[in-house]
Amino acid sequence: MVAFAFRRLLQFIPTVLAISLIMFVLLNVLPGNAALMAAGAQDRGMDAKYVEQMLKRWDLDKPLYIRYLNFIENLARGNLGRSFLRGENVGALVLARLWPTLRLALAAMLIAVGLGIPLGFLSALRQGSWLDALSMIGAVSGVSVPQFWLGLLLMFFVSVRLELLPTSGYGEGGLAHLVLPALTLGAGYTALLARTTRAAVLEILKADYVRTAEAKGLPRLTINAKHVFRNALILVLTTAGLQFGSMIGQTVIVEKLFSWPGIGSLLVDTIFQRDIPVVQGCVLLIILIFLVVNLAVDLLYALIDPRIEY
Amino acid sequence: MNETLRHIRSCKNLLIGGIITLVIMGVAVLAPFLAPYDPINQADLLRSEEPPSYTFLFGTDIQGRDILSRVIYGARISLSIGLIAQCMNSLIGVLLGLTAGFLGRWWDDLIMGLTNVMLSIPALVLALAIMAVLGPGLFNVFLALGFTNWSFSCRITRSQVLAARSLDYVTAARAIGYGRVRIMLTQILPNIMGPILVVATLGVAYAILMEASLSFLGLGAQPPTPSWGGMLSTAREQLFTAPWISIFPGLAIFVTVLGLNLLGDGLRDVLDPHTTRRRR
Repeated sequence: MVAFAFRRLLQFIPTVLAISLIMFVLLNVLPGNAALMAAGAQDRGMDAKYVEQMLKRWDLDKPLYIRYLNFIENLARGNLGRSFLRGENVGALVLARLWPTLRLALAAMLIAVGLGIPLGFLSALRQGSWLDALSMIGAVSGVSVPQFWLGLLLMFFVSVRLELLPTSGYGEGGLAHLVLPALTLGAGYTALLARTTRAAVLEILKADYVRTAEAKGLPRLTINAKHVFRNALILVLTTAGLQFGSMIGQTVIVEKLFSWPGIGSLLVDTIFQRDIPVVQGCVLLIILIFLVVNLAVDLLYALIDPRIEY
Repeated sequence: MNETLRHIRSCKNLLIGGIITLVIMGVAVLAPFLAPYDPINQADLLRSEEPPSYTFLFGTDIQGRDILSRVIYGARISLSIGLIAQCMNSLIGVLLGLTAGFLGRWWDDLIMGLTNVMLSIPALVLALAIMAVLGPGLFNVFLALGFTNWSFSCRITRSQVLAARSLDYVTAARAIGYGRVRIMLTQILPNIMGPILVVATLGVAYAILMEASLSFLGLGAQPPTPSWGGMLSTAREQLFTAPWISIFPGLAIFVTVLGLNLLGDGLRDVLDPHTTRRRR
């Protein structure tokens, strides 16, 4: 187990390096030279002296490979550079937005796990019933519905019509502001989890050990709780973990819609301002969370399921 | 008995999904004949934010334009972006997957490494990073979506090639002296088209959702272009005065994506009965 964890951690490093390279090339080399634009060269015409000054100030006059090495060196020290526009430290700027994003994603995950798993479990046990049909229709719809539209509808019916919850914003960090964004973000994942759970349970119901349990006369409830549910959970938890990672990516839209002060809304705002170091910081942090979550899921999976040997 | 029921149900998915997709495609093609008003140049501030009525079935937006006409024309943008972006993705993915699976060795390692890296970046975030550099605009959305979502096509193609590589028909083709390129393109590819097509169908749905998301964020189609996501980008501010603006474009995205997802699921069940039996 320790050896596996160590190996898995070692694999982590090349992935991070490859991603940092892709991001660096993307944000620094592609046509348009975004860094130069952010330095203000375009707004002020082609004042050659000013451009030169800015290039020097942001180290943009150095060759690319040196810039990449500098970037990696700084990254290893946890230094993400300074914002083009505000001059602030990007690391501090981005980290300040971390908790709202994590809070939103965790709440959404809680909804998805709390609703999706029981729903999928029940539909599998009552395969072909109206509950099964209904929840499977819900599952396909949940995957197809655009999040921002669902959010708008919730906003309209719950906040504007019924005046139950605030339309948007973070408030004082209370629960009232969290409910709608979390529901919006969680809906699609609830659907996915219900689908996964249903498929996993149906698979397990056919397994030999379930038939054995039936044959020795165990009550249905015991079989379902002890044999079916527990084994399905292993499969389902892996999916849930992987979904949590992709949910972090999806927070961008929900945060923007609900004016939620997380990494995602910072990312969108700075894209419009062409503040490339901050964009880079946001993107890297989101990817890092995604990778760490996947790593944790892998390790947890090995821990939960004794059949897996590495 | 159960098996038969399941078969009928998968056909139902295919049928419903196919009909929805065909209708949306028809709307996109026939947009100039179906739309009652001009989607762009019909602004009339006196008719701003009118609720749905017989004259304007879906109501009007803040500039007095007919929302129904804009939703109808929006089908063209969504579908063309979805189809073109996924064609690019499929082309890249199939080409890489085919060669990786068939040639193997260091090429396979390289492509699989690249695929895994692509899979570890959330697609929306990658698209946003590309849009950050290229700037907002519809053409840039093509680029951001067309080059970022090929990893699924690549993986499915590779796994199919690996399974097919040792089959008799490939050995036979080798024995007659077919070259590697010829075997890949004329022998293996036609035999593994099914799964590739399923992934592509679901990919179109995904690309449409992504385009709508980018346009919603203000990075995609720029006004006055009638794009579904773009029509919703200012809807939040008008939620109190004109909620119908939020409803119809979103409904259009939902129905289109639902249709394509059903079509993809149905195709998978019909084309590949083996996985169905194992999957459920």
